[in-house]
Amino acid sequence: MPVFDTGVAWLPPVALTIPILLSAAVLVGYRRVRRPVVDAVATAGAACVVAVTAALLARSSEGRVVTWSAGWAPSHGFSVGIVLVSDPVGDGIALTAAVLVTLALVFSWRYVESAEGHFHTLVLLFLAGMEGFALTGDLFDMFVFFELMGAAAYALTGMKVEDVGSLQGGMNFGIMNSLGAYMALMGVGFLYARTGNLGLPQLGEVLDHQPRSTLVVAAFVMLMAGFLVKGAMAPFHFWLADAHAVAPAPVCVLFSGVMVPLGVYAAFRVYWVVFSHQLAPGDIRRTFVVMGAVTAVVGSVMCLTSRNFKRLLAYSTIAHVGLFLSALGYLTAAGTAGALLYVAGHAGVKSALFLIGGVMLARYGSVDEIDLHGRGRDTRVMKWLAVAGGLGLACLPPFGTALGKAISEDAGVSAGYPWAPALFVVVSALTGGAVLRATGRIYFGMGPRQEGAERPDQTSGSREERDTRPLRRVPVTMLAPIVVLLLGSLAIGVVPGVHSAAQRAAEFFVDGAAYQRQALLAAPAHVAAAHLPEWTGRGLALDFASAALAVLVAGVGLWGGVLHERLPLARLRRRPLAALRAAHSGHVGDYVAWLLVGLAVLGGFVGLPHR
Amino acid sequence: MSVYAYVVSVWLLLVGAFGIVRSRNLIHAVLCLSVSQSGTYVLLLAIGYQRGASPPVFGEPATKPTFRVVDPVVQAMTLTDVVVSATVTALLLALAVQIHKRNGTLDPDELRNLQG
Repeated sequence: MPVFDTGVAWLPPVALTIPILLSAAVLVGYRRVRRPVVDAVATAGAACVVAVTAALLARSSEGRVVTWSAGWAPSHGFSVGIVLVSDPVGDGIALTAAVLVTLALVFSWRYVESAEGHFHTLVLLFLAGMEGFALTGDLFDMFVFFELMGAAAYALTGMKVEDVGSLQGGMNFGIMNSLGAYMALMGVGFLYARTGNLGLPQLGEVLDHQPRSTLVVAAFVMLMAGFLVKGAMAPFHFWLADAHAVAPAPVCVLFSGVMVPLGVYAAFRVYWVVFSHQLAPGDIRRTFVVMGAVTAVVGSVMCLTSRNFKRLLAYSTIAHVGLFLSALGYLTAAGTAGALLYVAGHAGVKSALFLIGGVMLARYGSVDEIDLHGRGRDTRVMKWLAVAGGLGLACLPPFGTALGKAISEDAGVSAGYPWAPALFVVVSALTGGAVLRATGRIYFGMGPRQEGAERPDQTSGSREERDTRPLRRVPVTMLAPIVVLLLGSLAIGVVPGVHSAAQRAAEFFVDGAAYQRQALLAAPAHVAAAHLPEWTGRGLALDFASAALAVLVAGVGLWGGVLHERLPLARLRRRPLAALRAAHSGHVGDYVAWLLVGLAVLGGFVGLPHR
Repeated sequence: MSVYAYVVSVWLLLVGAFGIVRSRNLIHAVLCLSVSQSGTYVLLLAIGYQRGASPPVFGEPATKPTFRVVDPVVQAMTLTDVVVSATVTALLLALAVQIHKRNGTLDPDELRNLQG
């Protein structure tokens, strides 16, 4: 009988327990010590999780690390135990979460001044939820960690209890995500009813030997709805912009950088391990390619029309989630590898931009692009960091985003979608262009000064409550995380090993049968050799094209006001644009209605037979 | 168990969601969320139920049970679910109280801070 290697099996539980224990300790002790001590303890704890997950990643790239809790290892492939399975993709996301939490906590030393220990407690609990969600191999545990992460996130969003916007954002976020979680739980219930199992490997093993059934399709749709509410797929995405616009900047870093991608990760993890034999790949591919494209277009249009810098970034996250969904939805290892690199590169760039938004709020008391015209002209470093962030978002090589985009585009073409590169180029150009436009206006004083008249149907961000006292200088603890994040995103594109590691990780991720065998029978992993080229001529050309297009978009946004009004197109698109904007109403009832619509659409895509 | 329990569970989930859509008061919306969640309790308990079976409690000495019991796993899941629900409901109600304090209203139609 094969024996489970328990050499490093203690690592995944440790990655979970460190933040949970520390958060309890902080909550008990923060009144007795001074604030710097709390900061130091929380940051050191998060840094420990970075070390643990990095060690785990080094190990799991040679084979999944399987931990049966309390030694309930399966005998002859049967177990009643609960399992943690860490493969390179799960570990990579766990590591990203830990790194972002560490940097966000460093940023908060001087940023979230009003917060006492409960801020740190919530952030550490949030980290525990993310680690657990990324590393677990059990469907019900996924629901539990989903809600742990959720509860901490709702509280962090509504943290500024004097600000109605913040409270409303937290409320919308909480109701939408909880409803999504209950739908996912119903899906879990359906699967348990059908199979009598909750572990992902056991579920997959049983379902692989059953014919396709309506109940399993229904379970899949419910699970997808739950995970993709968190993953912000249109039309489940509405809460995201509200939550990001009001949460403190370091919290936005965690939301955009890792929590939202985690929702997408969960959807595809469950698909590959549990459902990939039951459901026809054609249906799934069609679902995610179409929904991904819709999400990307909605996100980038809303991004382009925002003037609140944080909300603009939030919409750009939605647009990028659409691209990740498309790339993963090609259901190939190449598409998955592209998405992994894109997610990692995006996490660095987007997090840096959110922190820049935080510095903006701390220094000028507003994040409204029109309001802040030319206010940042005296900065020496920050303006160039913002430009770098905008170009990174627009996929300028050698940022990690550019590498991920190039590989995803190639994967799209070889999966039979020749229009895929156009979608990737346009979306990255529009979102990057919007950031460059805002940067040009705020930090360089470009473009004509506009009347500050606020439109009633738009959130400008000029009234957002500060998290700090007004800062005259930017402290180094706020500057350093921004620089580190941008450099990290560059490193993903430049460091030679990253590309092939992502490819191997993707091969692991899409092999659900090997996941089952390794978790249940301790079968050794088969490590495939990397075979995709790193940078190709076509990929580089398309990346430069999107960066150039982004600069053009920014230029038109800054100086094209007159041109804008004259074009006959302007009149044509005004009505649909107003309708799209009106849909983002901030009204939780509307959002729930859209959630039900989305559920029906997903059900139609996956459940109805086509042709 | 008859199909009735499953119909009730899906009905509860949908009627709760519909309540949030039509809600004119945030406290009402939060309670509708709890109604939705009750659907998951009913579903989980219905899955584990067997007619004529006893509760999953075994006495000493630990022998192989010779009688039928209902499934304890779904009961444990329901219990976890109740805990989650208590946390989330308490948090959302606290937010609602604070919104009322700052804004003087709980009608989501009158909250116009987050648009576009």
